[in-house]
Amino acid sequence: MATNNNVIERERIVIKFAGDSGDGMQLTGNQFTDTSATLGNDLATFPDFPSEIRAPQGTIAGVSGYQVNIGHSDIYTSGDKADVLVALNPAALAYNMNSFKPNATIIVDLDTFTEKSFKKAKLDSNPLEDSRLADCTVIAAPVTSQCREVLKETGMDSKTIDKTRNQFVAGILAYLFNRDLNLAIEFLKNKFAKKPKLVEINTKVLKAGHTYAGNIEAIHSTFIVNPNLSKKGKFRNITGNQATAWGLMAAAEKSGLNFFLGSYPITPATDILMELSKHKELGIKTFQAEDEIAGINSAIGAAYAGNMAATTTSGPGLSLKSEAIGLAFITELPLVIVNVMRGGPSTGLPTKTEQTDLMQALWGRNGEAPIPIIAASSPADCFNYAFEAEKIAIEHMTPVILLTDSYLGNGSGLMKIPNMDDMPSITPKIAKPDQAYEPYERDPETLVRTWAHPGTRGAEHRVGGLEKSDVHGAVSHDPINHEKMIKLRDAKVRKIADNYAPQEVFGSEDADLLVVSWGSTKGAVYSAFKELEDAGKKIAFTNFNYIFPLPKETPEIFKKYKKILICELNSGQFAHHLRSEYPEFEYSQYNKIQAQPFMVTELVDKFNEILEDK
Amino acid sequence: MKNIPHYTKKDFVSDQEVKWCAGCGDYSILSAVQNALPEIGVAKEDIVFVSGIGCSSRFPYYVDTYGFHGIHGRAAAIASGVKAANPKLSVWIMSGDGDSMAIGGNHFIHILRRNMNVNYILFNNQIYGLTKGQYSPTTPLGQVTKTSPYGTIEHPFKPGELAMGAEGTFYARGTDNNPKQMKEIIIEAAKHEGTSLVEILQNCVIFNNNTHHEITDKVTRDDHQIYLKAGEKMIFGKEKNKGLVLDGLKLKVVTIGEDGYTLDDILVHDPTQEDPTMAFLLARMSLPEFPVAVGVLRAYKAPVYDQLMEQQIEDVKAKSKMKNMTDVLNSGNTFEL
Repeated sequence: MATNNNVIERERIVIKFAGDSGDGMQLTGNQFTDTSATLGNDLATFPDFPSEIRAPQGTIAGVSGYQVNIGHSDIYTSGDKADVLVALNPAALAYNMNSFKPNATIIVDLDTFTEKSFKKAKLDSNPLEDSRLADCTVIAAPVTSQCREVLKETGMDSKTIDKTRNQFVAGILAYLFNRDLNLAIEFLKNKFAKKPKLVEINTKVLKAGHTYAGNIEAIHSTFIVNPNLSKKGKFRNITGNQATAWGLMAAAEKSGLNFFLGSYPITPATDILMELSKHKELGIKTFQAEDEIAGINSAIGAAYAGNMAATTTSGPGLSLKSEAIGLAFITELPLVIVNVMRGGPSTGLPTKTEQTDLMQALWGRNGEAPIPIIAASSPADCFNYAFEAEKIAIEHMTPVILLTDSYLGNGSGLMKIPNMDDMPSITPKIAKPDQAYEPYERDPETLVRTWAHPGTRGAEHRVGGLEKSDVHGAVSHDPINHEKMIKLRDAKVRKIADNYAPQEVFGSEDADLLVVSWGSTKGAVYSAFKELEDAGKKIAFTNFNYIFPLPKETPEIFKKYKKILICELNSGQFAHHLRSEYPEFEYSQYNKIQAQPFMVTELVDKFNEILEDK
Repeated sequence: MKNIPHYTKKDFVSDQEVKWCAGCGDYSILSAVQNALPEIGVAKEDIVFVSGIGCSSRFPYYVDTYGFHGIHGRAAAIASGVKAANPKLSVWIMSGDGDSMAIGGNHFIHILRRNMNVNYILFNNQIYGLTKGQYSPTTPLGQVTKTSPYGTIEHPFKPGELAMGAEGTFYARGTDNNPKQMKEIIIEAAKHEGTSLVEILQNCVIFNNNTHHEITDKVTRDDHQIYLKAGEKMIFGKEKNKGLVLDGLKLKVVTIGEDGYTLDDILVHDPTQEDPTMAFLLARMSLPEFPVAVGVLRAYKAPVYDQLMEQQIEDVKAKSKMKNMTDVLNSGNTFEL
């Protein structure tokens, strides 16, 4: 380790990895993330990839990215602009020209900066000469030629050798962050457990990168991000999609029911289907249906048959499932619909993030069909909200929509590993054999009907999409009965709010401004709020995870503040919802519709602007 | 093994008033099913009827078992979930030609491809009845209906051909005016492990009366139908003197004792072959060149989806070290902070 350098302690650091889709940037990002977690940093990650699988090499369209924010203090977002940018080719640098800080450290593979590759990336000039790099520390390393040199005796083909380039960069980063190389080597050993040759060559290159960084004069200071001491216990790094899958699995275990998933692949929700497909050891049944419609209808069939049922999708898929959600609603069967939101409308921006399906979730059905809607707020809490979505579905006999999004689903963060004994119980109300059974007889308190699973003698009954008579459940066209059933179903769903955890509010009660987020924007909005609160500003913050029905104390909270600002990644759908539920308050909006998460800095600017405008 | 009570037809009659039009073919199908159910050896609490939308899809309300009246076209998807969730159940899909061949066409081919172990009764009346008389995907070309006042310009599907295209493992055809035969076919369908598709040529007395008359008319049906039975010669006709032979890649009707054809030349029906080609040829036969095939055209034993699913789970469970959620949560990379 070099001794003549300044070692700078940093509270947080954002690193972005960018290269061609095949350059292994996700792998290198994961390696750096795991190493950071091992060293005790808090962290959040977010991949940024194009919807094309392998766009032509060297083009802007082919740039794939991975950003990680690591911290000594708590981390709530994957970070705004990067402190360190890795760009493995000119296109990656050009594409990210606005995603790093003015004094960032930029690591590039100089060998790729040729006239030919500028042409491929449709660049008029060398992006290294861009004025935006003026105050940056640029480490222009001959990565490709160094890798070829290091591995020339190994007899590996040049394609395999060039794939190790990311490890040369990992070596430079290990030097830059004063990290023990063995941590990165451990990662490689796990990653390529069955390919010892790959471990060997990647390790060689990793060490070469580290040595190179120590020898050159370009690095004047290195960084240290100390461990986060506020987090204690056993943690793992988890993506929102994996946490969602595991939350559903945990709910199945707690409820004692078999778990059936009916689903159809769609970006960015497919990971959940893939994750659940792996876990046959827990008896999970995954049915990859022929389309979105069959996905949800098979899940409804499984729910009727007595399984804990779920279906997973994203925006366009939710549209296709609308009619079936109405069927689950009128038959009053438990079902969780996970919607990992992406940029819309239509096919929109499949790999990007947005909160634009709220209105669809709330209102996207024929007839009056109010169903509970829950939104998760971080990759790790997808676990808890997926669990809770099933708990509500099963205990209240209703379909529930869980909203996450591409930012949560693909992003990752540290999750404290829960103790299954501490998870809440889930208690389905199931009919017993040989006892009188009426399908639409309700618990007088909760208005929940009893679930009779086929196979239960004496509880044979018919359900369906036609309106049913109260209690007995025969087909009924009686107008008075219809109105009664509409009101009963609505009241049943609204009673779910009786069991919510209290709505948390942060900041001072005498604040003038309450900033409000819902779902995945919590991290950024909370971070901006915290920054201003720490600076002594009078500001308060609350985040909504229960979207419908809303927490009952909402009006009590709102009436304390002069100004309420709703921040969301759409044109104002949650603000619209609040206006219809609580029209007595005035709401301001801060909206971003770029299919990108909020930056903390832009929120801070907006909040300051409102606070100063008295 | 469960003790199955001795059921009669009336054990399967629900308390709901049946609301089909007087003279509708659906009554006889309901009756045939209720007559067959006591003979399939399943407790009534283990039976689930699933339907989509249409006249035929009201069926589950009329049978005193478990039942699910779904949404248009989706019965096969709902039933797939019921069966996969609990393979011990006897699952029956009740659907019409609009429900299964149009809006539910996708689910129809996929349930056959997967060979889910369910029974699928397809009521084919070649018309949309519940919406009052529009042409369906099985309406003959040129027929005048409410939405084809100048005649349809669409080539119709034959459900049996679609089933063979999807390599369905069981296909039978019956007619609504032959209750004894329907009952026999339905029992065969229940016995078959896999998706048992039964097409019933059904009359819609209001909007498409006599659409199958040429096939089903009791006076001519011996000459216009061939009732195929496993292991028996493919013979038909009032005089039982006509039969089917192969002529190159095509079937041909011959008269025994004419043109040098003897009984030995007549094909023997074998519904159990893996290759669905012969069943396809038989399903394709139509008047006037051929008699229409009824009975079990195909019953091939193949692996069943819901059983494979259970088996895979058992195999993985036996090998895996992870036994519960706690094991999963603590697997892989974890960090002690």
